[in-house]
Amino acid sequence: MSIIEVKQLTKIFGQEPQRGEKLLREGWSKDNIYKETKLTVGVNKASFSIQPGEIFVIMGLSGSGKSTLVRLLNRLIEPTSGQVLFKGKDIVKMNAVDLRQLRRKNIGMVFQKFALFPHRTVLSNVEYGLEVQGIDRWQRKELAQKVLKLVGLEGWENSMPDQLSGGMQQRVGLARGLANDPDILLMDEAFSALDPLIRKDMQHELLLLQARMKKTIIFITHDLDEALRIGDRIALMKDGSIVQIGTPEEILIQPADKYVERFVEDVDLSKVLTAAHVMLQPETVSPERGPRVALQLMRDNGVSTLFVTDKEQQLRGVLTAEDASLALKENKSIEQVMQEDVPRVSPGTLLNELFEIMADTRLPVAVVDERDRLKGIVIKGAILSALAGNAVPEAGAR
Amino acid sequence: MNLLKIPLGDWIEKLEEWLTGNLGPLFDFIRSVIGSMVDGIEASLIVAPAMVLIVLITALAYWIGKWRIALFAFIGLLLIDNLGLWEPSMQSLSLVLTASILSVVFGVPIGILCARSQTTQNIVTPVLDFMQTMPAFVYLLPAVSFFSLGVVPGVIASIIFAIPPTIRLTNLGIRQVPSELVEAADAFGSTPAQKLVKLQLPLAMPTIMAGINQTIMLSLSMVVISSMIGAQGVGAFVYRAVTQAKTGIGFEAGIAIVIMAILLDRLTQSAFKKK
Repeated sequence: MSIIEVKQLTKIFGQEPQRGEKLLREGWSKDNIYKETKLTVGVNKASFSIQPGEIFVIMGLSGSGKSTLVRLLNRLIEPTSGQVLFKGKDIVKMNAVDLRQLRRKNIGMVFQKFALFPHRTVLSNVEYGLEVQGIDRWQRKELAQKVLKLVGLEGWENSMPDQLSGGMQQRVGLARGLANDPDILLMDEAFSALDPLIRKDMQHELLLLQARMKKTIIFITHDLDEALRIGDRIALMKDGSIVQIGTPEEILIQPADKYVERFVEDVDLSKVLTAAHVMLQPETVSPERGPRVALQLMRDNGVSTLFVTDKEQQLRGVLTAEDASLALKENKSIEQVMQEDVPRVSPGTLLNELFEIMADTRLPVAVVDERDRLKGIVIKGAILSALAGNAVPEAGAR
Repeated sequence: MNLLKIPLGDWIEKLEEWLTGNLGPLFDFIRSVIGSMVDGIEASLIVAPAMVLIVLITALAYWIGKWRIALFAFIGLLLIDNLGLWEPSMQSLSLVLTASILSVVFGVPIGILCARSQTTQNIVTPVLDFMQTMPAFVYLLPAVSFFSLGVVPGVIASIIFAIPPTIRLTNLGIRQVPSELVEAADAFGSTPAQKLVKLQLPLAMPTIMAGINQTIMLSLSMVVISSMIGAQGVGAFVYRAVTQAKTGIGFEAGIAIVIMAILLDRLTQSAFKKK
């Protein structure tokens, strides 16, 4: 079940927003509505659902409504209409007490300009969310110290925020957002104010944290690279509407319209796509089979190499047609003739790292998991096809 | 032309009459509360010999400020005592302190209300403008008819004149808290009261303190005017000197006020900074 389900969520700024809603239903554009009524459409009938443990990125240029959208989710901005269902309960209809409880327990938030309280120490900033819940001093100190350790700020508890660098300040922001152990973390351009190297570090750390804590993260950004790097799925916004929702590959390879296409045209696909995206289903043979069977398999499938895997799907080696013929002639087993030195990569290897490996071998590259089990193979043609922007037909779906 | 004149003055006098007639017990109550506050502060200021208090204030000045303020306090207060103005100065000081304390007690909450509601601010702001620009002599008269002569109407007049900066700067200080911080406090589920106590007031404190400092200075500036309606103190010396054209006495009393003003200003400023 999805943890957040947003249905037809709309925000119109200005007096009597209902007038704007009517025009929206009639299909008016944001610009025309503004000209006619002086109402600003912030978010236009956004609908999506988010799965637990997902990193959902909302991306768009400034003014596209992404920051408004994220604030509608915890009602820092009141929606004009629509629903936000959290585990089936409509946040939009909650009274003040329930909403406060939801913000205290279920939804944390990290802000673009950090928004740390300048008069409080690092520790008491992190404690804030626990403090307003009325958790006692010792317990909240313990919890806060635990999260500070998690974000790598052990030993800075008693510093004031302005004594820290930007990157460290945002770690405090992150720790504050995580301290209540919320189900969902809203991150509003959380890394945009950081310089590029620090930003990359933080993205990396966020992914590590996410792998450990399995939070659902809703991440707002205007930076496509960032979206592609951390997003499980990306929603692209323009003029308050969501133009496309999809995995990074879907957005890159099948842009929904000209706008998305223009948005993504400068992306270097080789830095985004991984071996997992371009790998093909391998033809395998088990080592117990004889060379005759192997040759028959090659003929049937129209390939010149077979990957030798045991019962656990672990990769043992690769067998070419020549090897198989040799084995047949000299009456040897597959295991005796196969080449055990097969180039291997992990599914997460980026294409631009694959180039070098591919150049050194005439064999397909094997994609194996951490236990050496064969997941797929990569051939040159599939890489070229993917870089040309074509979907890989048989790509092992992640 | 005269036929068309709006009888505003008559109306106000009618209102004054009605208030005195109907709210007498309330005014008596206020009078006794403020009166005993002033008396209490005054009594505690003159219970010990002047020298003891001078040393105490000097020590306090040294503790919260720098030695220069302490030195000024010591010499300045000795001078006041030497001029024979110690007791009247303490009487004036107790009027100023009472007016200031009450201004803070009422001003800060009003300022908070203004910061929270645009409507309240829209109502309060013109009232404050009125209080600050209406010549103080004008509201001395109703103050006297409500509270009769003495120090109490002086305190009331001082509050009316001196409370606006506290209200205005409390309002301003809270409104100046960056909106993203307020948003953060909301996002973590603060109640309005938690937001006020944990975020807005601490961040607004320097501004509020500047307002309180202004309030103290303004109420000190009222001591002479208050003396016109019977408040005792160093202000009465100035007033008498003016009516009897005695330049010397006027200056002596004036210098005592200046010394108190500088001391109050520096001491409150350093105290607020220290916080």
